[in-house]
Amino acid sequence: MSVKKATRQAFGEALVRLGEERQDIVVLDADLAKSTKSELFGKKFPERFFEMGIQEANMLGTAAGLALCGKVPFACSFACFITGRYDQIRISVAYSEANVRIVGTHAGIAVGDDGYSQQGLEDIALMRALPTMAVIQPADDVETEAVVRYLADHEGPAYLRLTRQNVDRIHSEDYVFRFGRIETLRDGKDAVIFATGAQVAESLRAAEALAAEGISVRVVNVATLKPLDVEGVVEAARACGGKVITAEDHSVIGGLGSAVAECLAEHFPSRMLRIGVPDVFGESGSPADLYRKYGLDAEGIAKKVREFLR
Amino acid sequence: MHPVSPGTPRADEATVRRLEEIARRLRVDIVEMLAKAGSGHPGGSLSAIDMVVALYFQVLRHDPQNPGRPDRDRFVLSKGHGVPAVYACMAEAGYVSREELSTLRRLGSRLQGHPVSSFVLAPGVEACTGSLGQGLSVAQGMAIASKLDGEPFRVYCLLGDGEMQEGQVWEALMSAPKYRLDNLVAILDYNKAQIDGFVKDVMDIEPLREKLESFNWHVVTIDGHDIGAFLRAMEEAQATKGRPTFVIANTVKGKGVSFMEGVVDWHGVAPNAEQAARAIEELKRS
Ligand SMILES: Cc1ncc(C[n+]2csc(CCOP(=O)(O)OP(=O)(O)O)c2C)c(N)n1
Ligand SMILES: [Mg+2]
Repeated sequence: MSVKKATRQAFGEALVRLGEERQDIVVLDADLAKSTKSELFGKKFPERFFEMGIQEANMLGTAAGLALCGKVPFACSFACFITGRYDQIRISVAYSEANVRIVGTHAGIAVGDDGYSQQGLEDIALMRALPTMAVIQPADDVETEAVVRYLADHEGPAYLRLTRQNVDRIHSEDYVFRFGRIETLRDGKDAVIFATGAQVAESLRAAEALAAEGISVRVVNVATLKPLDVEGVVEAARACGGKVITAEDHSVIGGLGSAVAECLAEHFPSRMLRIGVPDVFGESGSPADLYRKYGLDAEGIAKKVREFLR
Repeated sequence: MHPVSPGTPRADEATVRRLEEIARRLRVDIVEMLAKAGSGHPGGSLSAIDMVVALYFQVLRHDPQNPGRPDRDRFVLSKGHGVPAVYACMAEAGYVSREELSTLRRLGSRLQGHPVSSFVLAPGVEACTGSLGQGLSVAQGMAIASKLDGEPFRVYCLLGDGEMQEGQVWEALMSAPKYRLDNLVAILDYNKAQIDGFVKDVMDIEPLREKLESFNWHVVTIDGHDIGAFLRAMEEAQATKGRPTFVIANTVKGKGVSFMEGVVDWHGVAPNAEQAARAIEELKRS
């Protein structure tokens, strides 16, 4: 685990490579191009980059129009500002069947110091509720590159959730992203942790610590949050004795934890623990301090799993 | 393209007469459609129909035999509740049958209460609308796409005057001139009324021309029921380079049906059978 990169950085770099190959890729941003890293594309392809100013609603509608005329737009801002324009996503994008790739960076409480107003904590819940909307959160830079490539040809609207902070690389360079499929990263039988985004690496570390104590935990990366891999989730829960933990940097309401709970309640009722940001507003602090406080780092996850299995 | 529309705004006498005649018939269709559906928006459909007819049968290049042609002109109905005016034109042009008009708002109908592009594609149903304020942004995206591809098509967007109160409209009004979208035309159905009252009382949008000019649009003011004037405005828009054109079209809500004209309450209720019969008789006599 030596390479560390923010998935937004990997996104910006991947977008440039994609733009070189594909003329139909266009990118829009709303005065956060330096932060979302869409500026990398903007510098390389200024004629295909649209700086929309601080007009997220207008940006999303414009992206919809571009998509309806055959372009493949990536519309970027912070996750919280993107979901703030839900009505535009609902009608101009999703309902219109516009193939917009909506990119929300600065997802989660790990945004840190800026506090709640800049932390996207409800985006998975909101985007998941929209018919046809795919929701994807890669776990590291390698997966981000693969997902961006996948999105160039995905049919339908999609939401891509990215981190501000660096995350550990957990995939080898030859990794192949499979849309709609979970990925088992570590085998185990006492319990399974379904994790997404930054919590994948944290969960792997937690599993390692638990293994030293004789607790065998399976770790599963859920990059595609919607459509959820129902079969894969059920199979993993069954293989781990119906003891299921979810871990995500998102509200425990409506995110991965909810998606897995909905799935298992219908198909394989399990004992569950949802690790995430509880039903509270976020706050300022360093990402590390915040992860410690909310138990979203490896230590916190391991502690909660230990208690859960006791 | 299909000869349903010459695809040019030329405003000669014969053209204007032809379009007026179509509009007169389609007003009847609108009233019948809404009466049959038992709900819908007559006021804003009747105020817009003259302009929608002129777009459909003279200005837009489109092809009912091939609705998805990539080089067709785009028409986004931002005031989505006015869609009966578009459906009437769609039937007249052959996108749907006349019989289908009577399925408006029924379960399983392609003619949803507001435009749904995935159900049936035609000018005016190019994008989903119905949440006011969004259409001009979508039209802007289409106009940018056209520019990127060497301008194979032009884009038209029809807005409501109450809709002008939405902040997103002003975002798009600010951004379209930045991208020098001279292939984009915004048309305002300025019928002076919305749901809760007259626009000037609910939330005045005046002085409008000054606002639009200061936002760097080319602005044309016309009588939106004068089809000749409308066509000349479209011609002027095509000749205007380097910036988008905004047409302020003064209209009468409910135009053509005397008891609906200028009456706020005819915004969103359908006529009952007796009212419809009276309206149709009046329209046929006109
Ligand atoms: C965002 C949004 N808010 C409220 C409504 C409900 N609504 C439907 S029509 C309408 C009034 C529209 O008035 P105007 O734009 O003047 O349309 P017209 O007079 O041409 O019918 C309202 C408020 C809506 N469709 N969308
Ligand atoms: Mg009005």
